[in-house]
Amino acid sequence: MQNFEYIAPNSAIAAAQALSPKQGLTAVLAGGTDLLSLMKERVETPTRVVSLRNIAALRGVTKQGGGLRIGAMATVQDLLDSKAAAGYASLLQAARGITAPQVRAMGTVAGDLLQRPRCWYYRNGYGLLAMHDGKALVPSGENRYHAILGNKGPAYFVNASSLAPALISLGAQVTVAGPEGERSMALADLFQIPSSASERENTLEPNEIVTEITVPSASGWKTGTYEVRQRQLLDWPLVTASVALRMRGNRVSDARVVLGHVAPIPWRSSEAETALNGQAANESSGEAAGKAAVSAATPLSQNSAKVQLATIAVKRAVAMAG
Amino acid sequence: MSSKNPTDGPVCGPDQEPRKGFSRRTFIEGVGIGAGAVGAIGAAEPARAQSSEPVGPDPVAITLNINGKSHELKVEPRVTLIDALRNRLDLTGAKKVCDRATCGACTVIVDGDPVYSCTMLAIEAQGRRIETIEGISTEDSMHPVQAQFVEHDAQQCGFCTPGLVMAGKAIVDGNSQPSMADVESGLSGNICRCGTYVGVRKAVYDAARA
Ligand SMILES: Cc1cc2nc3c(=O)[nH]c(=O)nc-3n(C[C@H](O)[C@H](O)[C@H](O)COP(=O)(O)OP(=O)(O)OC[C@H]3O[C@@H](n4cnc5c(N)ncnc54)[C@H](O)[C@@H]3O)c2cc1C
Ligand code: SF4
Ligand code: FES
Ligand code: FES
Repeated sequence: MQNFEYIAPNSAIAAAQALSPKQGLTAVLAGGTDLLSLMKERVETPTRVVSLRNIAALRGVTKQGGGLRIGAMATVQDLLDSKAAAGYASLLQAARGITAPQVRAMGTVAGDLLQRPRCWYYRNGYGLLAMHDGKALVPSGENRYHAILGNKGPAYFVNASSLAPALISLGAQVTVAGPEGERSMALADLFQIPSSASERENTLEPNEIVTEITVPSASGWKTGTYEVRQRQLLDWPLVTASVALRMRGNRVSDARVVLGHVAPIPWRSSEAETALNGQAANESSGEAAGKAAVSAATPLSQNSAKVQLATIAVKRAVAMAG
Repeated sequence: MSSKNPTDGPVCGPDQEPRKGFSRRTFIEGVGIGAGAVGAIGAAEPARAQSSEPVGPDPVAITLNINGKSHELKVEPRVTLIDALRNRLDLTGAKKVCDRATCGACTVIVDGDPVYSCTMLAIEAQGRRIETIEGISTEDSMHPVQAQFVEHDAQQCGFCTPGLVMAGKAIVDGNSQPSMADVESGLSGNICRCGTYVGVRKAVYDAARA
């Protein structure tokens, strides 16, 4: 790893002020489970690392209003242990998918949301868009884990967070702090599909940090997450789906369906939501929603299996919610 | 600037380049005598690393609490906990295998939680209670998890074993009656290429009840 200067401020604003407004010069360190590996590979070569571990205000998972507040530095284990999160079934199911106690104890919720893509071209230094000599490597390369949606180019990687689809389906907001103050937005707006090599997969300024995630009350919602996994441990899912269904009588009045590992962003499927609205939540509506979710899929040369996996993930997530 | 003491150089595994002028061999020879000397230097300087002023990239004086003993050393901010343990403090029980948070061989316990020491900066481990495999037994008595590893013949080459024992210790420290499912999930951050899993699980399950 390239050597760096280290600073561990004790407020979010001070941390933002310690960051450079220029991309790549400085890096935010939370639990380090992703960042340190990227630095060892020299994919990230910051000259200064700003650690968030001394900022007490970023910790904790607590009730807030009728909902939930998750501090950026709360770990996955903190989330699993928290009584305040007990009513958020789909979120806890997603968190349980991260099995290793070491990753649960070290990895933070904000770090999970902001972990960089697992795309092997990116991890080997070809950049987020995986370019070499002006040519995109993914379409004609090894792409079995890459995107099946939102992949018209130039980005083909998938967002690797399994907490993000659950949180977005629950209507989460995120607060970020910059050198001058804070702003809040829908969590979905934290993510973007980069359209050029100068953009990242998130909308944070280089000198902004996430401070907390807030989730409205889930009462009245049925929620579920289903992950399709190749291995049960030390790996990311192949596809995930999180659903949140508000019921009127025994009919779905408001459906939210968000898939993970299918697109460069957590993928909200309005097609699947339309297929569920007005229906009973059961196997046939779940299956219809699964098919609708992939109706516009454009698989690459090696990943058409993910289309089927996404269909199943949505169907089973509906079953888990129902 | 840092002094020319060889032990001030980067603490490195094969993937980190030693500072120019030191071969890996002289570097390793330097460590044995170095650690004590560095401790002395560290003690003479104020502990700066906890402050909210930037430190490094030159070596920084840090204090680590390991197995109930305080160790003072100087490390560059990039030095990971495993490199500090193995290369500077001669605590070579934890193994560096993947160096990427994906195998568990480097597992130590920090503030009661199992962590990957390859993926924690030494500077960030300050002020926390670090337990390593060296600290859990004495000359004449093994920790129950270790004793049950022997009982169940739970190792082959043994390279993953220190990490698995520490992951197992974290399980039994937190739960005296873990189910087999609890044991499996508690060990799910550690892999063994020799395939000793069945024996390891039984060992941890029995150690909790021992
Ligand atoms: C073996 C293994 C298996 C895994 N399996 C899964 C899985 O199944 N599902 C899943 O979702 N994840 C999985 N992960 C990913 C894991 O959840 C993340 O690595 C972890 O949550 C990242 O958190 P961290 O605190 O360690 O982040 P760090 O590594 O410290 O940071 C990650 C990135 O986010 C940035 N960052 C972190 N916090 C902030 C903040 N508050 N503000 C601004 N930027 C920030 C950092 O700069 C960095 O770019 C796995 C990881 C490993 C090692
Ligand atoms: S042979 Fe397998 S276990 Fe051994 S070093 Fe290579 S990858 Fe690791
Ligand atoms: S060496 Fe740390 S997890 Fe493999
Ligand atoms: S005993 Fe050989 S790696 Fe586990």
